[in-house]
Amino acid sequence: MRSYDVIIIGAGVVGSLIARALSRYTLRVLLIDRASDVGEGTTKANTAIVHAGYDAKPGSLKARLNVAGNAMFDRLCAELDVDFERCGTCVVALSDYELATLRELHQRGQENGVPGIELLGAEEMRRREPALTDKASGALYAATGGIVDPFGLCIAAAECAVLNGVELALGTEALDFTREGQRITGVITNHGEFRSHWVIIAAGLWADELLHKAGLDGFYITPRKGEYLVLDRVAAELVHTVLFPCPTPLSKGILVTRTIHGNVMLGPNAVDILDKDDLATTAEGLHEVMAGALRLVPSLDSRSIIRNYAGLRATGGTGDFRIEVPPELHGLLVLAGIESPGLTASPAIAEHVVELLREAGLSLAERPDFDPTRVGRPRFSKLNRDQQQALIAADPRYGNIVCRCETVTEGEIVAACHAPIPARTYDALKRRTRVGTGRCQGAFDTPLVITIMARELGISPLEVTQKGGNSRLLYRETKGAAP
Amino acid sequence: MRDLSCDVLVIGSGPAGLAAAYQARRSGSGRVVLVERNDELGGILPQCIHNGFGGRVFQTDLTGPEYASRWIHQAHEVGVEFLSRTMVLSIEPGPSIVATGSVCGLVRIEAKALVLAMGCRERTRGALAIPGTRPAGVYTAGTAQRLVNIEGFMPGERFVILGSGDIGMIMARRLTLEGAEVAVMVEIMPYISGLRRNLVQCVRDYDIPLLLCTTVTGVIGRDRVEAVTISQVDERWQPVPGTQREIPCDTLLLSVGLIPENELSRMAGVALDPLTGGPYVDERLATSVPGIFAAGNVVHVYDLVDHVTESALQAGRYAADYARQGAQEKAPIGRLIPLRAGRNVQHVVPQALHMEALEDGEATIEFRVRQPIEASVRAQITSGDQVLVSRRLRYARPSEMVTLSLDLAHAQRAGRAEMLRVEVIPSVA
Repeated sequence: MRSYDVIIIGAGVVGSLIARALSRYTLRVLLIDRASDVGEGTTKANTAIVHAGYDAKPGSLKARLNVAGNAMFDRLCAELDVDFERCGTCVVALSDYELATLRELHQRGQENGVPGIELLGAEEMRRREPALTDKASGALYAATGGIVDPFGLCIAAAECAVLNGVELALGTEALDFTREGQRITGVITNHGEFRSHWVIIAAGLWADELLHKAGLDGFYITPRKGEYLVLDRVAAELVHTVLFPCPTPLSKGILVTRTIHGNVMLGPNAVDILDKDDLATTAEGLHEVMAGALRLVPSLDSRSIIRNYAGLRATGGTGDFRIEVPPELHGLLVLAGIESPGLTASPAIAEHVVELLREAGLSLAERPDFDPTRVGRPRFSKLNRDQQQALIAADPRYGNIVCRCETVTEGEIVAACHAPIPARTYDALKRRTRVGTGRCQGAFDTPLVITIMARELGISPLEVTQKGGNSRLLYRETKGAAP
Repeated sequence: MRDLSCDVLVIGSGPAGLAAAYQARRSGSGRVVLVERNDELGGILPQCIHNGFGGRVFQTDLTGPEYASRWIHQAHEVGVEFLSRTMVLSIEPGPSIVATGSVCGLVRIEAKALVLAMGCRERTRGALAIPGTRPAGVYTAGTAQRLVNIEGFMPGERFVILGSGDIGMIMARRLTLEGAEVAVMVEIMPYISGLRRNLVQCVRDYDIPLLLCTTVTGVIGRDRVEAVTISQVDERWQPVPGTQREIPCDTLLLSVGLIPENELSRMAGVALDPLTGGPYVDERLATSVPGIFAAGNVVHVYDLVDHVTESALQAGRYAADYARQGAQEKAPIGRLIPLRAGRNVQHVVPQALHMEALEDGEATIEFRVRQPIEASVRAQITSGDQVLVSRRLRYARPSEMVTLSLDLAHAQRAGRAEMLRVEVIPSVA
């Protein structure tokens, strides 16, 4: 039986950053996920904001890790070659009553040690964001807030971990644990049993179910659905920063933000649901999102919408992250209720987990050959003409545009199919290259991409799927097609 | 980067680009270069293996590939130079373009005149904001058409088709012929959006159920589409409570409209008409940027390929004139008079015209009606209370483009009109 020092269950952004943090040491680490790609849970469908840290309750773990995590993003994204921009965020008051909320948030931000926050008057706010509603009475500006590519970060972190020796097992679902007395000794999966000195639960929405398997009851995750609308790039000139309304107890509200990829994103709403697989959007929800966004930016045009989607936040109910080595069990570290600002906190969570393991007695010897960097693959659309020319000269496939809306080349698709964590599905390719994410939503590229993926992965076009499982894109050959 | 220069550069080798390039050469342009992103020339025509093309232009009934090959042949014969597998990345002032291809690498091409002929793209699920899950198995009709007719693969076995556009109706027949089942076709409007002949030949002849005033209200399925929900809609297109039902299927096909593809035009600073989604053009198909012309579906969505060809021939001719005349004669010819969509008209092309230009010949005014009228109507161009030109039609349908010719005599009647209006009204018996 294969044996590890640490097994991490869940290859979302939290699990992947933990894997990278642990790959610094001479440990045998296994990262498992039941999905066909990393980052298939909450990581792939969230608001993609790096929060400044004024929301969380002072003194909470959430507040501490949010502020610490935020400060780590410049270096982290430079090391991992991930798109990130500190464009600043604004919470907008739409009434004098809400100005009081801004003052509260400002106060909380100061207690949490958030740098660069200031209250702005209505006039200054409209100067910065001319498309903002004239009902805006003021705003709380946070200079350290930003936008990031959340799945890009997860993929990069997981790739970095893999390049530093972490083993990754996708399509591998943790079903139960093996134990000896009060010690967890391994994980039973659909692909057999793995032994480990430590098991880390970083399973997002499913953390509670795994906790129950481990014999720790009384903790439940409630999926809180958030629906989003994505607008075409043409809308991007409307917003320069991230615009939040004043928060409610349930969520930070429906915001209007530019995305790191140059679109505008609206959402999310917040609906507590029961089914952890329910990622369906609803007519009411999408209507709520549009209406909410229009309150902030009345000139948004619903004709610019190119996509809708829903994500689920793993809400723990305590209001704080739960990150601990449960005293009643040995060999288990739990991360649960990593709701917003989980993405922002994720690099700090990873460091925190390393410290918890060290305190719990895991011996951590640094590997001399650890490399914290991951070099991203070329992105044709981001290069200048000379660089593009050089890239095509080296590999002519970079001259062949496959996705016209996002200007993605065949070379980029081929590279993603042969990356340290290869893209094996259309959606995995989307997250790595942006193929199919533009205004035509894959209408042009899909037939081309199927052909390229089949060729590069050595499979039949009939075996190419959108997201693994039964999500095949084609059913059969036409009558009389050549065998 | 390689540098090239030419007299007229055409972007896109669909029917519009082929005709514009052909006519530019015929009108005396020295070097005409046509840039196409695909391996194959013809734009969308190679995947349109059904007939119905060429009735006006060639007085014969051709398939899409046949129609394309005739134009490719003609363009070759007059000496158009083709640059295929080459995608235009940007249009810069001059005009010049930067394009990329796996064969030629980056290339900059300077042109004296440019014709935009990028065609259109299909509206997607995202644009309609259809709620539900996001499984595999939601395709636009055109993508499915390419998969079936070019790649040789069936994207599903049991289809629901949303929308009654021409490609959707043609695919309903095509999929049926391939042994798949089209469970139902639904159209949110009280009338079909495609041509009547396709309704008869592709839907009714194959007993495909068509429900009007009905739309898809949700997509069901985790990995692959398992069903969609459909509902009847009221006169404001809102689902009628109690009419929702679930239709099991593995594929949802969308045939819900076409959008002129103008990302490059926008980049070039070409002013776009929100009504058409295409550039504002005058009677020469000249856009707001001097030296840049537009042809075919990039201007507004046409009903028949023959109409695209006819309009693109004009664009090619004027682009060639512009390229030849040089800078001194590039000032606009006289006063530009706007043409507006009046009663029961969605949009009008050209959006403005130079009356003086009519001395060279009549101008074709193209437009679509807003509401269908299944009775005799009059399509007319007016200046104030005065009717300049009027044509009686047996009916008016949004799916069919209407044209009127405006000549010098009409124009003289308009005198110093500030604006002309196009309208389609019931004719008084």
